[in-house]
Amino acid sequence: MHPAYSVILFTTASGAGYGLLALLGLVGVNHGQASSIAFGVTSMVIALGLITIGLLASTLHLGHPERAWRALSQWRSSWLSREGVAAVVTYAPALLFGLVWSGLVEAPSLILPLGLVTAILAAFTVYCTGMIYASLPTIRAWAQPLTVPIYLAFALASGSALLAAISFAFGSLQLFQVIFTVAALIVLAVLKFLYWRAIDSAPKTHTMGTATGLGRIGEVRQWELPHTATNFVQSEMGYVIARRHAQKLRRFVFILFASALAAMLLALTIPALVIVAAIAVLAAAAVERWLFFAEAQHVSTLYYGAPNA
Amino acid sequence: MTEPAVDTSPKTWDDVKTTTCYMCACRCGIKVYLKDGTVKYIEGNRDHPVNKGVICGKGAAGIMQHYSPARLSKPLIRVGERGAGEFREIEWEEALRTATLWLSEVRNKDPKKLAFFTGRDQSQGLTGWWATQFGTPNYAAHGGFCSVNMAAAGLYTFGGSFWEFGEPDWKYAKYFLLFGVAEDHASNPIKAGLGQLKGRGAKFVSVNPVKTGYSAIADEWIGIRPGTDGLFVAALIHELLDAQKIDAEYLLRYTNAPWLIVENPGHHDDGLFARNSSGSALVWDGNSEAPMPSLSSDANPKLMGRFVLADGRKVVTSFQLIAERFLGPEYAPDAVSGRCGVPASTIKRIAAELAHTAFSETIELDIPWTDYAGRHHEKMLGRPVAMHAMRGISAHANGFQTCRTIHILQIMLGTIDVPGGFRYKPPFPKPIPPGVKPAGKPGQVKPNTALPGPPLGFVTSPEDLLVDESGTPQRIDKAYSWEAPIAAHGLMHMVITNAAKGDPYGIDVLFMYMANMSWNSAMNVPDTIRHLTAKDDKTGEYVIPKIIYSDAYASETIHYADLILPDTTYLERWDCISLLDRPISEADGPADSIRQPVVEPDRDVRPFQTVLLDLGARLGLNGMTRADGSPRFPGGYPDYIVNHERAPGLGPLAGWRGKWGESHGRGSINPHQLERYIENGCYWFYELPDNMKYYRHVNWDYLDWATFFGFVGKTEPIIHQLYCEPLQKFRLAAQGHGRVQPPAEHKGRIAEHFDPIPFWYPPFEGEQVKQGEYPMHAITQRPMAMYHSWGSQNAWLRQILGRNWIYVHRGRAAGLGIEDGDWINVTSHHGRIKGQAKLMDGVNPDTIWTWNAIGKRSGAWGLAQGSPESKKGFLFNHLISELLPEREGGYRYSNSDPITGQAAWYNLRVKIEKAADETAISEPQFPALKRLRRAK
Amino acid sequence: MTSLPPPSAKKLGLVIDLDTCVGCQACATSCKEWNTQGYSAPLSDANPYGTDPSGVWLNRVHGYEVKEQGRKDSRVVHFPRSCLHCETPACVTVCPTGASYKRAEDGIVLVNPDTCIGCKLCSWACPYGAREYDQSHGVMKKCTLCVDRIYNEHLEPEDRQPACVKACPTGARHFGDLGDPNSAVSQLVAAREGFDLLPEMGYKPVNKYLPPRPRRDAFTSAPVELAKENGSSIEKLFAWADRLMGGSTKKAPAPPQEDYSGRLEG
Ligand SMILES: Nc1nc2c(c(=O)[nH]1)N[C@H]1C(S)=C(S)[C@@H](COP(=O)(O)OP(=O)(O)OC[C@H]3O[C@@H](n4cnc5c(=O)[nH]c(N)nc54)[C@H](O)[C@@H]3O)O[C@H]1N2
Ligand SMILES: Nc1nc2c(c(=O)[nH]1)N[C@H]1C(S)=C(S)[C@@H](COP(=O)(O)OP(=O)(O)OC[C@H]3O[C@@H](n4cnc5c(=O)[nH]c(N)nc54)[C@H](O)[C@@H]3O)O[C@H]1N2
Ligand code: SF4
Ligand code: SF4
Ligand code: SF4
Ligand code: SF4
Ligand code: SF4
Ligand SMILES: [Mo]
Repeated sequence: MHPAYSVILFTTASGAGYGLLALLGLVGVNHGQASSIAFGVTSMVIALGLITIGLLASTLHLGHPERAWRALSQWRSSWLSREGVAAVVTYAPALLFGLVWSGLVEAPSLILPLGLVTAILAAFTVYCTGMIYASLPTIRAWAQPLTVPIYLAFALASGSALLAAISFAFGSLQLFQVIFTVAALIVLAVLKFLYWRAIDSAPKTHTMGTATGLGRIGEVRQWELPHTATNFVQSEMGYVIARRHAQKLRRFVFILFASALAAMLLALTIPALVIVAAIAVLAAAAVERWLFFAEAQHVSTLYYGAPNA
Repeated sequence: MTEPAVDTSPKTWDDVKTTTCYMCACRCGIKVYLKDGTVKYIEGNRDHPVNKGVICGKGAAGIMQHYSPARLSKPLIRVGERGAGEFREIEWEEALRTATLWLSEVRNKDPKKLAFFTGRDQSQGLTGWWATQFGTPNYAAHGGFCSVNMAAAGLYTFGGSFWEFGEPDWKYAKYFLLFGVAEDHASNPIKAGLGQLKGRGAKFVSVNPVKTGYSAIADEWIGIRPGTDGLFVAALIHELLDAQKIDAEYLLRYTNAPWLIVENPGHHDDGLFARNSSGSALVWDGNSEAPMPSLSSDANPKLMGRFVLADGRKVVTSFQLIAERFLGPEYAPDAVSGRCGVPASTIKRIAAELAHTAFSETIELDIPWTDYAGRHHEKMLGRPVAMHAMRGISAHANGFQTCRTIHILQIMLGTIDVPGGFRYKPPFPKPIPPGVKPAGKPGQVKPNTALPGPPLGFVTSPEDLLVDESGTPQRIDKAYSWEAPIAAHGLMHMVITNAAKGDPYGIDVLFMYMANMSWNSAMNVPDTIRHLTAKDDKTGEYVIPKIIYSDAYASETIHYADLILPDTTYLERWDCISLLDRPISEADGPADSIRQPVVEPDRDVRPFQTVLLDLGARLGLNGMTRADGSPRFPGGYPDYIVNHERAPGLGPLAGWRGKWGESHGRGSINPHQLERYIENGCYWFYELPDNMKYYRHVNWDYLDWATFFGFVGKTEPIIHQLYCEPLQKFRLAAQGHGRVQPPAEHKGRIAEHFDPIPFWYPPFEGEQVKQGEYPMHAITQRPMAMYHSWGSQNAWLRQILGRNWIYVHRGRAAGLGIEDGDWINVTSHHGRIKGQAKLMDGVNPDTIWTWNAIGKRSGAWGLAQGSPESKKGFLFNHLISELLPEREGGYRYSNSDPITGQAAWYNLRVKIEKAADETAISEPQFPALKRLRRAK
Repeated sequence: MTSLPPPSAKKLGLVIDLDTCVGCQACATSCKEWNTQGYSAPLSDANPYGTDPSGVWLNRVHGYEVKEQGRKDSRVVHFPRSCLHCETPACVTVCPTGASYKRAEDGIVLVNPDTCIGCKLCSWACPYGAREYDQSHGVMKKCTLCVDRIYNEHLEPEDRQPACVKACPTGARHFGDLGDPNSAVSQLVAAREGFDLLPEMGYKPVNKYLPPRPRRDAFTSAPVELAKENGSSIEKLFAWADRLMGGSTKKAPAPPQEDYSGRLEG
């Protein structure tokens, strides 16, 4: 699949944003009001900012952004629609939560319910994003049980890394945060490792033979493409990254994970390193998303020469 | 939620006009949907006899042709050097005055110094007549490099031909043998026919080195080695004769099989028919054991045997000789199998299948008919074996004899114009050969004088040749000379080379229409371009001093013309597809059609035919001017179509003649003829009564009717000429008999090839290149969705086929270390090209092929420079020499069939190897042409 | 209505005969031609005369080589591909706007160009690569089964069929109601063992393909030879010809008798 940068930016940014938002919600649930208005406002602005940038980016790749609102209509069947709805709905409790939690508005009793709702909706939005991909039977690499968990884990890891960074900036970084982020990173790394093993070993059950039905006669081979000029299906679905290149990038992702981990641990002595950790996680997310597309083979490639999919 | 309302009855057009497609030469009827005068949609006209409603890939893309940016928009005159692409736009008046000046100079001096060649011309009725009126013998259309072998072989054998003069009986055929066809002119009819055959479960066998398109759906594919069909077919005949599976009745009654031939070796009458005093050929009557006139109905002719005439002359039936030829060991399946790469067992099986179908699956139609001898037949007997062949046979130096061999096979099975066989399309059958003789002998070409007859015709003896006493050719293309005696369509592929070399003489004006002669229709493109730009060292003049060219688009050839007459597109003009030209008739009856302008040109262009008539009038040509010197057809081409008469009552269009449109075929001029055509969907079709639909060469009612329609001169049977006497006459001349004899250097070649009984000989190029040096054959195929060079300017078609590949047999490639996608060099004795290889199984292992005419020269056709057509595309034409390698004596014959002069495109021999230079660009790359101003 | 409608009784679709298709592209260009001025107008082309042209087509004709079991040669199969108007297509259910929908009435799958936001998700959900995004129009395009022809009262009744079907010179394309077991197309599918593409995807395509028929050639036909008596061929022929002369030609010679060793194909 062709990795569209808008989509990559969207999923990484909003993923991190929702992760942060969810954690802030939980922070509120645990500790009540933020340690300082400045801290509360900053972290909320960063969370909602990332989310909003992401959403805007995602509309950029639409043919008709002005019609984007229509995407909210089909939540009954479409995960994309559900994601849209969830994303929009999340704003309301999130904003209210931000106000009360950061202390701009005095209403301590509301922090807990708002925090919970915000956290849940944020998680659900990320879940929807994951499901958009996980529910496509046409792309084996996406229709994997681990797809959604990984989306969630990424949100969590990048969110908590960000939170740690922000806390550091406000001098309120706590050991717990470091441990939590490290844990999230380890889970993420494991999931990603299992995912890659899964897609590498997943059998390719569709063949040019079943795609053309000519398998019933014999062994099918591409002779002539329909056109000598390339078309949408070829450029959109036909994008495949070379195996060697993919392996390099996979290693790079793990290196980023590792450096994030290291940075986090070292942060115990040199706290400033949490910033490095946060950047590393976000970088890992971006590269991983790019690979997520580039490694995904679409069934329709069978009609354009792929022997199996 | 509810579904959105969809308008399922939109009316996206406000008018629908019928006309005739010209995205190729098939000439289907189309309906053009228009909105506010612009073309919206083109579909097949379901009432039309040719396509019956269907349309092909090209036809449906006609819109984009019409909106092509490569359309020429104004007359141009060259201001820079030839090829530099520097032109000045001029007004039509200046263009016409210039052309008239150039042409009248020639006509005053020596008319043959005008070479007028018209390419893919569908108005040869007019252009040929124009040349005659002008007085130059140097006229032809593209037939010489196209399919004259098919036309000639058929017309000299059974009075019709593959090509466009007949078609398989799609309705009744049970076995269909297709030789060397990828697409053909009858583009849609063949497709529809194949669909019909498949639906009926008839067996379809395709003999073709390549298994694509039609061959891909054949029940059996025979991947023959190029140039060896003659052997394959001869072996089939061998088998049939050996098992006596032939239609004796058909042979005895309707062919010259029983005719007696004089056996008198070394004498002037050897191999000629024995004739009685009244000139009628003789047969040996079994009852009286004496000779009798061939057509006498009470004769009981012997099919075989040698006899002695009263005057002591030894005679033999022509069938005896034919049987002896094909029963010869050299034509036994086992003998030919190796050479043509077809297993002997397959040849034997096919022969058995042919015999089985012809003689055991016979059809009888309950249609009574009467033959020429007055014999009444209750039924029409059909031997349902149909055959068709085209350029896979014709584009070889042995194509004429090979095609004759196929006809012999058809005739021995009794399958010509019988139910289930190969059917004539009226005006065919014609006398064998047709009576017209070419004009242009010494003394017939005079200043300011029309030719005594048409420049093209059918020679029957050396006396008819256009040569002088010394045997020197009189035509610039050497047609009807000893180098190509039966060149019924001329040799367009030789004109530029000969003119540049002044061999046999130089010319003053080269006037071309609708032929991309500097590119895909040229053999040897690089030298052709050199010839077009060559200058005389002394005078500094171009050796071809003046070139006038009419094209509709910015083709490669535009750049080598001095004066360009921009034509309309096919949707913008009147045209007439006439029975006097290449008819669109159906086997069931004659048909002709017109084009009407469905949109007005948005550019300053004029229909070529109207321009030609205008020039004719300005030149004062007889047929085109009135006594007072005024133009005879002031209304241009439509005026001519309606008001021109070739003979009293016979004009370009056969439909709705007579004052009230009451008569068909023959009748006085009808001023409203075109309106009647338009009312009828722009075509006329005259379905024959059932008793005239078969056996037409010998069908009395048909022949009688055909005489009235002017298709044949008189009501006589058209007896198939298995044995071709005219060829023997040329051979006798080569053996030193008769008044007109070939110059010594040509004698051997004539004597060898002018065999009155078909035989197989290896194509020349393969023989003359060093043995083993060029092991592979290289051929091209027509892509179904492209028409020669014109498709690439079409926004849709070029997406489908914007570049070509060199297709190589997978196994053979492996042996040569060539992988799919490798860039490879293809080298012939003449040149080298580089292209990208694509591997496949479905091709004869010794053969490579590519799609024809996809390669383009950068800058042409309104395409951006560096388009895939030029950077990845290529032509085999660069490898094909128009001349054969030097023979002893240093003479170089044209790379053509020695009998008809048909260009031998497919005799190309090559070697291939992986290209050292891996850069992904095809070679040769020619300097980019300067882009002409785009049409709006 | 992105949720699928209840299965319709009427299932309009195409049946494509791979045994007859010669790959002429008539269906592809006719489709482009009709639809670029019809329901899907425009079907845009990008730099049509440039070095890298591309465009939106709703029907494309592929070419495959198939090596049959037990044969050393392959056969070339021309393979037209367009939307199969599946019965349970994810291309509809994933659409966030409802622009992609399946008609309840006849099962035709359409994109509503007025509400499509061009998110491309439906094209990701189509296993058959049947949807093409129109860059310059910003919406998704696909085969409409010529919904604006098949019911079009301004067309003559016999022209109320898809442009590609009407165009096809070989008659390899058939249009009809595959929901009706008695329809001509259903009969054809039954008779010729028509099949689904990628049945394992579970999209239940309505369009069916008819398989290429087995060949009747050297591999499948038993070797056959014309029976011949031994002796010199020319003399045998002569004797035979002479026998024919027994009667006069008024009595036609009997056509050659049948006598074969082995089975005959054809
Ligand atoms: N290698 C190889 N070469 C071949 C062949 C092959 O099989 N292999 N085939 C040969 C054969 S059989 C043929 S017939 C030739 C065909 O080759 P050509 O005779 O050159 O035919 P086209 O390439 O179709 O182009 C003829 C010219 O007509 C112009 N034209 C198109 N429409 C109009 C119009 O309406 N009016 C005017 N005035 N001009 C128009 C086009 O722009 C083009 O320049 O190619 C020959 N060349
Ligand atoms: N779409 C389309 N239609 C066209 C044209 C076009 O350019 N495009 N051109 C028109 C013109 S001008 C012409 S002349 C006709 C020509 O129509 P065709 O006769 O179909 O011409 P080609 O495509 O050259 O096909 C020649 C076929 O013969 C095969 N062949 C080559 N050598 C041999 C051989 O030695 N033996 C046998 N058995 N087969 C052989 C080739 O593989 C090829 O399939 O088509 C006309 N129709
Ligand atoms: S076959 Fe030729 S004439 Fe007929 S529709 Fe196609 S392009 Fe036009
Ligand atoms: S039009 Fe018919 S024959 Fe031509 S490609 Fe399409 S389906 Fe095949
Ligand atoms: S073929 Fe593709 S686009 Fe058409 S209905 Fe099926 S899934 Fe949807
Ligand atoms: S591209 Fe259009 S039709 Fe397809 S899913 Fe998006 S909105 Fe729906
Ligand atoms: S049915 Fe209509 S839209 Fe669909 S492929 Fe055929 S022509 Fe194109
Ligand atoms: Mo031709």
